[in-house]
Amino acid sequence: MPESAREETAEQVEFRAYCRQWLKDNRPGDPPVRLPLSPLEIMTEAQLTYLQQWQKSAYDAGLIGCDYPKAVGGGGRNDCQRVANEEMIRAKTPFMPNVIGLGMAAPTVLHHAQEKVKEQLLPRLFSGEDIWCQGFSEPGAGSDLASVQTFAERKGDKWIINGHKVWTSLAHFAEWMILLLRTDRSHKYDGLSYFVVPIRSALGKGVTVRPLIKITGETGFNEVIFEDLEVDDIYRLDELGKGWQVAMTTLLHERGAGELQTPRSGGMKSKSTHATNTTNLIELARNTGRNGKPAADDPLIRDRIMELVVREMGLGQNQRRSRVSALLDHPARLLLQNKLLASEIAQDTGALAVEVAGASGSLYLGDDNAPAGGQWPMAYMNSYGMTIAAGTSEVQRNILGERVLGLAKSK
Amino acid sequence: MAQPDNFGFGEEATLLKESARKFFADNFATDKLHGMVASDPNPERMSECAWDRDLWQQMVDLGWTALAVPEVADGLGMPVAAVAGLVEELGRAAFPCPLLSTLNATYVLAACGSAGETALGEITQGRTASLAITNKQGSWEAADTDVTCEQGKLNGSACFVQEARKVDRLLVSARNAAGLSLYWVATDAPGLTIHPDAIVDLTRDQAHIQFDSVEALEVSTEGVAALEQAMPAIWTILAADIVGAAEWQLQTTVEYANTRQQFEHPLGFFQAVKHPLVDVMVLIDQCKSLVYNAACAIDTEPERAAEYAHMAKASASETAAFASGRSVQYHGGIGFTWECFVHLYFKRQKHSQMLWGDAVWHRARLADILMGAVA
Repeated sequence: MPESAREETAEQVEFRAYCRQWLKDNRPGDPPVRLPLSPLEIMTEAQLTYLQQWQKSAYDAGLIGCDYPKAVGGGGRNDCQRVANEEMIRAKTPFMPNVIGLGMAAPTVLHHAQEKVKEQLLPRLFSGEDIWCQGFSEPGAGSDLASVQTFAERKGDKWIINGHKVWTSLAHFAEWMILLLRTDRSHKYDGLSYFVVPIRSALGKGVTVRPLIKITGETGFNEVIFEDLEVDDIYRLDELGKGWQVAMTTLLHERGAGELQTPRSGGMKSKSTHATNTTNLIELARNTGRNGKPAADDPLIRDRIMELVVREMGLGQNQRRSRVSALLDHPARLLLQNKLLASEIAQDTGALAVEVAGASGSLYLGDDNAPAGGQWPMAYMNSYGMTIAAGTSEVQRNILGERVLGLAKSK
Repeated sequence: MAQPDNFGFGEEATLLKESARKFFADNFATDKLHGMVASDPNPERMSECAWDRDLWQQMVDLGWTALAVPEVADGLGMPVAAVAGLVEELGRAAFPCPLLSTLNATYVLAACGSAGETALGEITQGRTASLAITNKQGSWEAADTDVTCEQGKLNGSACFVQEARKVDRLLVSARNAAGLSLYWVATDAPGLTIHPDAIVDLTRDQAHIQFDSVEALEVSTEGVAALEQAMPAIWTILAADIVGAAEWQLQTTVEYANTRQQFEHPLGFFQAVKHPLVDVMVLIDQCKSLVYNAACAIDTEPERAAEYAHMAKASASETAAFASGRSVQYHGGIGFTWECFVHLYFKRQKHSQMLWGDAVWHRARLADILMGAVA
């Protein structure tokens, strides 16, 4: 919905004007490094430093944490984060590096932590000085998240943590982690607890971070091993055994369904950023030969590209229709499809691009002759991260079948 | 011109859609449809034309046939988005009637300018109509016709004419010395013979029409242009019908999958059934969103109308095929019998899938728009 179509409060109107002016004067210049496609793919200190500087300046200007209480480092405003987000995206600012902190850790800490902990952690989270990561998945707990085995044992005012987390994006840069673990092995859901734990300051003192290398050859996520890490009880966020409920606050906000708007910016691209979409796919087909003619002239290739064009447009129009209540039969039916569709369309677009490229589809980043610098095969391989992470496509189909269609719950 | 965020689907459209859903739910349950159109399972039966004229007259009295008629011809001039909402409900009920065919003729006549107003006035008065513009090969190209016109007389044949035995008028495309014109003719005109086709779909009738020196009123000399202007609306409302019918197929199959028990579980417990049903839902939602986008483009962004309507009908044809296949399959043995209702929608959807171009046909034209035609 365009801002003009919505009634804005006086505070929002004034704040919008402020944001717009500040961004006009302070939008960072072109990045000195190639920006990754998303914050979860930050690989180098140089990328991180550039993005951290941006987040710090936006926070200092009041564009981050707008709706959080002043006492915890927020702006104390009312429904103003969405205004800041709209203005930052309009200004095509860089994205924020502390994406897990802002989107998942901050609302969870605000809702569940003690005041002292909030005051300690949130200001440096908002400013991006402390990067956060998420310790949920384990080798034995992926789609079935509640089966986590990382264990905390009580020792007076302290807890001793042992376990193994995987797929932990940003852990190699992180100061803090939100951590789902168990304090009781006899109950699956009721034996879970939720902590915030230090990472960087505890390296070598109970915490080991090891990079996992993706099928693309890139790093970016990690495994984190806890061996007798000692943590104060003050960093436990749940009423003992209610960790699952705290995790729900996190997941609700991760899916954009929480009450607090996540600070969001973006739109700035470095020159070599290459989007996985059908516009670029058509361009590739035009520039690739097939049977002595452009691949774009091949009727079978055209048909398959158009299949994807239709799906891509369908997703965009779903998002538009999700705001027109008269054209919805079920409130969550379209929203719950978003992740499934976006990830599968990206995957099929990448797969078709590699095929359209023909023999050149074999060329990767290091080859000067690779179409689009080899980013198509990389995007295609990375798409499996999207169809697996944050609930696999199979889990998404279970959720849709059960919550929307009302089919019996599968085991 | 930019499209409004809500597809132009406003309060009037909302009320129309709700009242249509209620109308069909109150008056035309699926068992009534089955009793009406499925009395004769003989596969070699001739085409039947069973429909509820009284209920149809109520729809005419509600003004539904005049919805798309422009206000200059005393119609309601409702946006295509609103009409699509009504047609979605029609498809959900699979109600046999000449609403779609009359809307199709309306959109072509409205593209004929002032020459079409007399004929449009007849539609406002409650006359029904259908397009007779398709040749024996079943070509969906606007310029292809086997009918000719000399000295005001039509000769030749038009094929795949929808609801031919239910309608009062035909809008015929015919070649003459100057090019391709459109003609308005009564179905009971001397020299006009309706030859019903024996079709699979029990909820429609279809025929080929023989013209032997039939006198007709010329309503446009720019036949190809008028047809090309109107086709996006024709594709879009058929896609809306498919969306409604597919939603019936989905909900009916989900209900069955929740009831029928095998291996100590309802069918829907098994992911081999659950996941494809989700895929049916995903296709329906994609198609529905594309339908309202296309409808809105016809109303507010005409330069993109053909592009978006190709997307809508390509998506609809895929949806029709997949939803139909899954609905019969997941009803199991009972779904394979004549007594189960799913075959009524299966057949309607297979008919709709091909009508006015299947998915491959629409994608080829979409590619011409987005990638340029191949020399």
